[in-house]
Order: sequence, then structure tokens, then C-alpha cells
Amino acid sequence: MALITCDKLSLGYEGRELLRDLSFTVNAGDYLCIVGENGSGKTTLMKTILGLRQPMSGSIQFGDGLKQTEIGYLPQQTEVQRDFPASVWEIVLSGCMNSLGLRPFYGRAQKARAEEALRKLDIEGLRRRCYRELSGGQQQRVLLARALCATGKLLLLDEPVSGLDPRVTAELYRLIRDLNREGITILMISHDLQAAAEDASHILHMGRELFFGTKADYLRSSVCRCFQPERGNEA
Amino acid sequence: MSALLDKLTLAFSYPFVRYALIVGVLVALCASLFGVTLVLKRFSFIGDGLSHVAFGAMAVAGVLKLTNNLPLVLALTVAAAVLLLRTGRNSKLKGDAAIAMYSVGALALGYLLMSLSSGSSNLAGDVCSTLFGSTSMLTLTRDEVRLCVVLSAVVLTLFVLLYHRMFALVFDESFARATGAPTELYNLLIAVVVAVIIVLGMHLIGSLLISALILFPALSAMRIFRSFRAVTVCAATLAVGCALLGLLGSILADTPVGASIVAVNLLAFAVCCLVGRLTGAGSGG
Repeated sequence: MALITCDKLSLGYEGRELLRDLSFTVNAGDYLCIVGENGSGKTTLMKTILGLRQPMSGSIQFGDGLKQTEIGYLPQQTEVQRDFPASVWEIVLSGCMNSLGLRPFYGRAQKARAEEALRKLDIEGLRRRCYRELSGGQQQRVLLARALCATGKLLLLDEPVSGLDPRVTAELYRLIRDLNREGITILMISHDLQAAAEDASHILHMGRELFFGTKADYLRSSVCRCFQPERGNEA
Repeated sequence: MSALLDKLTLAFSYPFVRYALIVGVLVALCASLFGVTLVLKRFSFIGDGLSHVAFGAMAVAGVLKLTNNLPLVLALTVAAAVLLLRTGRNSKLKGDAAIAMYSVGALALGYLLMSLSSGSSNLAGDVCSTLFGSTSMLTLTRDEVRLCVVLSAVVLTLFVLLYHRMFALVFDESFARATGAPTELYNLLIAVVVAVIIVLGMHLIGSLLISALILFPALSAMRIFRSFRAVTVCAATLAVGCALLGLLGSILADTPVGASIVAVNLLAFAVCCLVGRLTGAGSGG
């Protein structure tokens, strides 16, 4: 069974429909890149998958033993986080909260998990540092480590590279690619089609036209040809 | 020096002074712990708004001529806390505007009720002590102290048990919610606990000054420290230290309790700012 099955999903705010009849499936090991114009509902889709908001109609089903609360999420950065007194260790460990159950404190298992996440993202040296003093790329690694603590299966990334310089962007893409190769399914929203499409196995295009399929099909499709020149002008 | 010591020894031979010390320290400790959460969640205004509501509730209790007004004030303030949290999110009134409205409304109605019902000629004195705390420490009864100790114990236990969840909630509420934390419940809990703290501290510190106990220790600690745990520990230590110093000062210099504690807190904040500036730490830079 597929990891995620979205069936005839309609999304929107306060009765205003952003998007209708979206159906797609994500299988374990996929790397799905979600592209589309601003305001086409990409972040809303992600929040719906996470259970943060309800779909207007349609359904989302999880398979392969995936629970909705076991999804790792890398949100777009908010202002609150930027001046927050928190050490890297505290933040990464907070990703383990969904495995706490009713216990009040983190145990050995959670700490080991956080250690492993630090190691995978190569930020062991930053453990005691204050989050707000880190560079943008380092902050994203910390949040990615936190997301890894919450999941072993699926990562949802909302524009992980926005605001990062090209070198750091490439490093972050490499990290995400490595995680995918280790078997973690990736759903990523991106503005940066060229770079993202290099790694992606599937593309979901949202906007006036919907497209869902493999990357190869997408690159041949008319949706893609309409989309790309626009991006070229922007760059 | 020995004259001062004599004065202190004499003061502590009275039970109400010891009561004041217990209540002051406990309230300061509870307030500072949840203060960190409140400040970081940008909920500071709720603390302020609730303290005004508590003033209104006191006035209502006064009108009803209740001998023990604490249960009623507690109930009304907790209800207001729940209401504020709801309106802040759902209605067309934005959170801060709603809170400003509630708090000013409660102040005005409270004063109105007090002046209508008050038989005593000392209306100004009553209002003043409700707003700014007792000028002496004579007002605490044994039962109030007992209730305060029990509630403080509950609040402290809650904080310790929920410490990690509080951090996750405050740092990133949607992540916490996505990974299955009942964030609505936690938000409600925070509002209720803050209401309880405010009501507990109101007699001693005064309803206008109590929010200083919630905000100052957290803000001071944030000037110096950079991890959640360090900020929490530092805020708690500062709060207890300032409460003790303020209380002792108010005994020695015959100053109002609440104002003295807040003044010491203000001083501590200035010192922390300076230390933060010198070491280049904190959020000030």
C-alpha cells in the first residue's frame, strides 16, 4: 500500500476554494517535489497532510503503518524562532516529543535518537550553541535534525532552501538526497525547479493546471513548459 | 547594623510577616516560571489583561460582601482567561485589542462597583491597595497562605512535568501540533495557571503590579542566557532573590510590599542588561 493516498482533495480557506480534485499517491522511498505559483496552496496541502487543517472535501489516507503524528516537518521559518533562547540540543531533542507517550522526560532512547540526528546532519559541534546565533544554513540543519527525530519514514519540507546562498543550498540538497537514499520518503515544496528536479523522482505541479507524475513525464508535459519560462524571467 | 537586625528579628516574630514571606516567594517563583513561557509565546498581554480582570472580580466580591472572596475572584479570573484565549483566536476582534478592551472595561466597572457599594469612607484607600498591593502585610490570613502553598505546589509540579512540552509548544506550536501534542489543551492550561498566579499574588503585590513579577524575571534572564533551560533557571532564581530582597526592604524601610519587590526586579533587569551588553550575549545585541 502507498505511504500517502490523497483522494479528490479540495483545499481552501473560509469557504474559498484554493484547489479542487487533487489526487495523488506517494510510495515509500519517493522524492516528491511540489512546485507551483505562489498562492496555489502548496503550504496548505502540507498542513493538511500534517493534520494542522482539515480538507474541505476528499480524504488523505496513510499506509505502511505511518501515523499522522510520525511525520517530520521542516516549516518555513517564523519570526518567533529567530530571537528565541534555545540551544541546538534542546531544539533537536524536542523533535522526539511524539515518542514520549505519557512520560514527562526524555529517556535514553530519545537522547540516542537526537544524537544520531545531530551526527547525520553533521552538526554535533553546534550542540551547545544558541539557535539564533547560527547562520541560516545551520539553522535549517538544526530544524531538519529535529524533523528526523520525529520520523523514520517521511519528511515534509517547506521551501528548505529559501534565503540560503547557492553553496549552502547545494549542501542542503545533498543532505536531503542522502536521507532519501537511506530510505526516507521526501515531500518538498520548492521554488527552485531546476535544482529540485535533479533529485526528485516525482513532481506535483499545483496552480491553474494540476500535474502529478514522474519527473520524466513532467519534463515532457505542457504544464512544465508553461511554468519554466516564467521562472527564468524571475531569476 | 544591629538596629536593622533587631528590627528584622522583631518583624519575623509576627506570623503575618512570615506569611507574607512565604506567599511572596512562592508567587514570584511560579510567576517567573510561567513568565518565560508567556514572554516567549508573545502572550505577555494576557498576564496584564488578566490582572485587570482580577481587579474587577475583587470589586464584584466586595459588592457581594463576601468574607472570603478568593474562590469567586479565582473563578472569574480563570473564566476570563479561557474567554481571552478563545476570542484571541476566533473572533473578528484581534487578540491584543480584545485584551485591551477586557482589561480597561474590567478596571472601569470594578471602580464603579466599588464606589457604588462601598460604605466605607476610605474608597481611595481600598482601590489603592487592590491596585498596588497592601501597604502593610497585615492582610493575609492563615487560610489564604495555606491555599497559596497548595496551589503553588500544583503549579510547580505542572511546570516540571510539562517542561519539555512547554518548550516544544513555545518554540514551534505547529510542529508540536503536527507531532500529536494537544496544543489547545496546553494553551488553555497556561492561561488558567497564569490566572491562578495572578489571583494568588494580588493581595500582596497588587493587581497592577503582579504582571511585573511575570515579565521581569524572564526578560532579565533573556538578556544574559541563551538556552531555554538556563533562562528558566535564571528567571526562577532572580524572582526568588528579588522577592526576598524586596520583602526585607519593605520591612526595613516601611515601604509598600508590591512596589518594593517590583523596584528590586527593575534593578535586576538593569543589571542584567548591563551584563548582557558587556558579554555580548542575549537578545539585546
